[in-house]
Amino acid sequence: MTAFLVVLVIILFGVAIWQMGKIFQLSKSKQDDTAQVANDKDNNINGWLMLGFTLFTYLLLAICFWKWGDVVLPRAASEHGPGIDSLMYVSMALIFVVGFFTLWLLGYFSFKYRGKEGTRAVFFADNDKLEFIWTIIPVIVLAGLIIYGLFTWTDIMNVDTEDDPMIVELYAYQFDWRARYGGEDNTLGEANVRLIEGVNTLGVDGSDPNAQDDIVVNELHLPLGRKVLFKMRSQDVLHSAYMPHFRAQMNCVPGMITQFAFTPTVTTAEMRLDEDVVAKVDKINGLRRAKNQNLGPDDEPLEPYTFDYLLLCNKICGNSHYNMQMKIVVETQEEYDAWIAEQATIAATLKQ
Amino acid sequence: MMRGLLNKQPSLQLLNNNKKLAKKKDMSAHAVDHAVDHHDDHGHHHKETFVTKYIFSQDHKMISKQYLITGLFMGIIGIAMSLLFRMQLAWPDHEFTIYEVLLGKWGEGGVMDPSVYLALVTIHGTIMVFFVLTAGLSGTFSNLLIPLQIGARDMASGFLNMVSYWLFFISSVIMVLSLFVEAGPASAGWTIYPPLSALPQAIPGSGAGMTLWLTSMAIFIASSLLGSLNYIVTVLNLRTKGMSMTRLPLTIWAFFITAVIGVVSFPVLLSAALMLIMDRSFGTSFFLSDIYIAGEVLHNQGGSPVLFEHLFWFLGHPEVYIVILPAMGMVSEIMATNSRKPIFGYRAMVASILAIAFLSTIVWGHHMFISGMNPFLGSVFTFTTLLIAIPSAVKSFNWITTLWKGNLQMNPAMLFSIGFVSTFITGGLTGIILGDSALDINVHDTYFVVAHFHLVMGISALYGLFAGVYHWFPKMFEGKLLNKNLGYVHFWVTVVGAYGVFFPMHFIGMAGLPRRYYTNTAFPYFDDLTDVNVVITIFAFIAAAAQLVFLYNFISSMFFGKVGPKNPWKSTTLEWTAEVKHIHGNWDGPIPHVYRWAYDYSKLNKDETDYVIPGQDFAAQHIPLQDNEEEMNH
Repeated sequence: MTAFLVVLVIILFGVAIWQMGKIFQLSKSKQDDTAQVANDKDNNINGWLMLGFTLFTYLLLAICFWKWGDVVLPRAASEHGPGIDSLMYVSMALIFVVGFFTLWLLGYFSFKYRGKEGTRAVFFADNDKLEFIWTIIPVIVLAGLIIYGLFTWTDIMNVDTEDDPMIVELYAYQFDWRARYGGEDNTLGEANVRLIEGVNTLGVDGSDPNAQDDIVVNELHLPLGRKVLFKMRSQDVLHSAYMPHFRAQMNCVPGMITQFAFTPTVTTAEMRLDEDVVAKVDKINGLRRAKNQNLGPDDEPLEPYTFDYLLLCNKICGNSHYNMQMKIVVETQEEYDAWIAEQATIAATLKQ
Repeated sequence: MMRGLLNKQPSLQLLNNNKKLAKKKDMSAHAVDHAVDHHDDHGHHHKETFVTKYIFSQDHKMISKQYLITGLFMGIIGIAMSLLFRMQLAWPDHEFTIYEVLLGKWGEGGVMDPSVYLALVTIHGTIMVFFVLTAGLSGTFSNLLIPLQIGARDMASGFLNMVSYWLFFISSVIMVLSLFVEAGPASAGWTIYPPLSALPQAIPGSGAGMTLWLTSMAIFIASSLLGSLNYIVTVLNLRTKGMSMTRLPLTIWAFFITAVIGVVSFPVLLSAALMLIMDRSFGTSFFLSDIYIAGEVLHNQGGSPVLFEHLFWFLGHPEVYIVILPAMGMVSEIMATNSRKPIFGYRAMVASILAIAFLSTIVWGHHMFISGMNPFLGSVFTFTTLLIAIPSAVKSFNWITTLWKGNLQMNPAMLFSIGFVSTFITGGLTGIILGDSALDINVHDTYFVVAHFHLVMGISALYGLFAGVYHWFPKMFEGKLLNKNLGYVHFWVTVVGAYGVFFPMHFIGMAGLPRRYYTNTAFPYFDDLTDVNVVITIFAFIAAAAQLVFLYNFISSMFFGKVGPKNPWKSTTLEWTAEVKHIHGNWDGPIPHVYRWAYDYSKLNKDETDYVIPGQDFAAQHIPLQDNEEEMNH
């Protein structure tokens, strides 16, 4: 009933405004008029505002850098990471120079040549030389950027098996990750989702001799300085294995095996001591402490946060997509050996 | 024979004959009749009922208004959705009653359900890309301007044009209806990658909601194809005498090439949609293979989701140019008019439109660098993608040079055009990061991408749409002008809001925050970005509030707007010579012939003593060359 009355009031209000508008309209002459076309005053005000707007753009960018510049590109923790980062810095530098320059011209011209009654615009329709210059400059710059980019890309994507990389399968499903190590033979056993049964949640072929020493875990441990070749599989829909610190990402596609390789260069322990990471963790813990002070009687207080590398799902995969991640631990070879020795092999798991 | 005879009759006789003719012929033949005799004939007046004038109209001007109003309506839905999910991202722990009011069972207790969050981003993307920026932008202005600017009485086929609009309308209705199905609307992202979009077990929205999404899109594609074919045929065949291709205004070049891209790429999306429908309903395996879900193995084998990605992006990438090219064309036109200068480098502008159109069809793989396709393909697509920066740079420099030493008339349309160049530059430049396969590894599917494409094709195209509405409003609503002061408020608040939303987004993207996360605080790692998300959401509300000003201006000016001069912006193009009042056939008398290109602004006579036409700083296209004038060699 209330809703009906509200709607009625809105309708009546609308009708009243409409009628008032009509009356207002009748009282005005119906001649052509240029009242709604910009005059010199508008040109002047908006010309100045255009200049101000350009400065606002610069200022906004500066504020963003000042406030959030530290979160951009966290320290790279893989061998190819710095390569990507330097390409990124070169591209960013180019963007800033070109962006600064062109936005300035745009804003300044809008201000400088704001219209004035009686001014004569210059009839300037063509200039082949100018146009050639600003075609050829982008051509040269982009040629450089393309070549630089392609070398970086090829370096990252072409996996040399002679490096003897450690083979690890990343297995994605709604909404979690599993990692499968090749074991002592560093070879993964055959697997297919059709073989999923009971404890064999990854569908590993139990009869494959290569599969016997495979190790399935829910936390990814990587030894420092050893190249890892990830083989990605998905059980149901598309997922994407995104490891921002390692500058690594690859989709997991049902029905095919995709791959990506990198060499970790910074242990978790070392990363926790990194200046930016310490600052980030402090900030997060500050927020958590603040939340703890406003807890209700039944809420559990939040634990202090410590930094860990993460593997995130980065391809929309369903309702809990936002909370599908796996912890990654980078450690020394000795620590890694000790950890992997404690994990059960597939043969042992399937026997149970 | 009949028509030849008719043309020689005096006009009164013609009208009588025409009435008889109309009775004999069906509607479509009648429309063709208008179009064919467009040179020497006079406009026709015949009785129109409410239904033929406002609903099943075959008049391009009315159809254009229908497109615009439907597009604006869809735009309101799309923007409202974005505000809802922005609220969720900024304050994930808060309870908002508005969720419960608007989202019903998915917002119970003021908490947004993750499934409806995904539905909102999916439908927001679909509506904004297809319904607002494709149909609402290209549909509106191609329809309005092609016949008026080339000097034609109407589109080549008024009937197909009407069918095109009504198919669009039906597809809009289905898309809106899909919001009300029990399990929720499509929620697999606007890219609807299978298997997620194929399996209702994977996400509830992939049930009836996805079926309706696919149906709606299939109809939308049919509508778009009919429209595009019509635009192409009209531009090629119905130009008035003297309107050679090299004298076309850049708007028409842009609409024409956009239509060509649409005809080339939309059918591929249709085939992808049909194959997905087959996979969903008839047990085929085009895109599905080796899937274990909800405790059972599916029978599908041998398909590949990567195939879908190829098919989708073969349209999906040209689609962003379908969105942006019409805006570019309109901005070129509006900038030249309001600078009182010719557009700089007309031939380069046309060439870059052609280059962009060609390149746009061979770059789709840059959406798939990390999809699992062969890395060598990644190299090829990096190469072709970065090449697009060249014609884009040429266009930007030419726009800036057009402003140089002009006499800039700061009408709202001009401001939005300058705003367009600004966001096209800031958004386009980050494309050299995303188009570079090596860099894409780290920023793919993060907020960096969201910031990039919203600026370069979302916000830019919206500015183009607004510029077009402010500029051509008098051609749509019989001479009425939009209120300029409301326009200024609309512009300045929108530009500040838009940059406020999307600049910070680059930063959280570079920090590694993935897009399409229902909340960024499910695990602590991104907690430190909470304040950025709050800032973004506040700016989003500011920008959205500015759109209410526009909406008010639009509706009130439509009914009560002041009638301005016949050619309020002192433009050279033909549409300003047509009747202010909407008549079927556009020109009451004969169609004007064209004697010059569209950009003779501030052109001086040979002695450089005065303008070509003394005291008037423009020479419209239908004005014959003057004695003391040199023709622009175009």
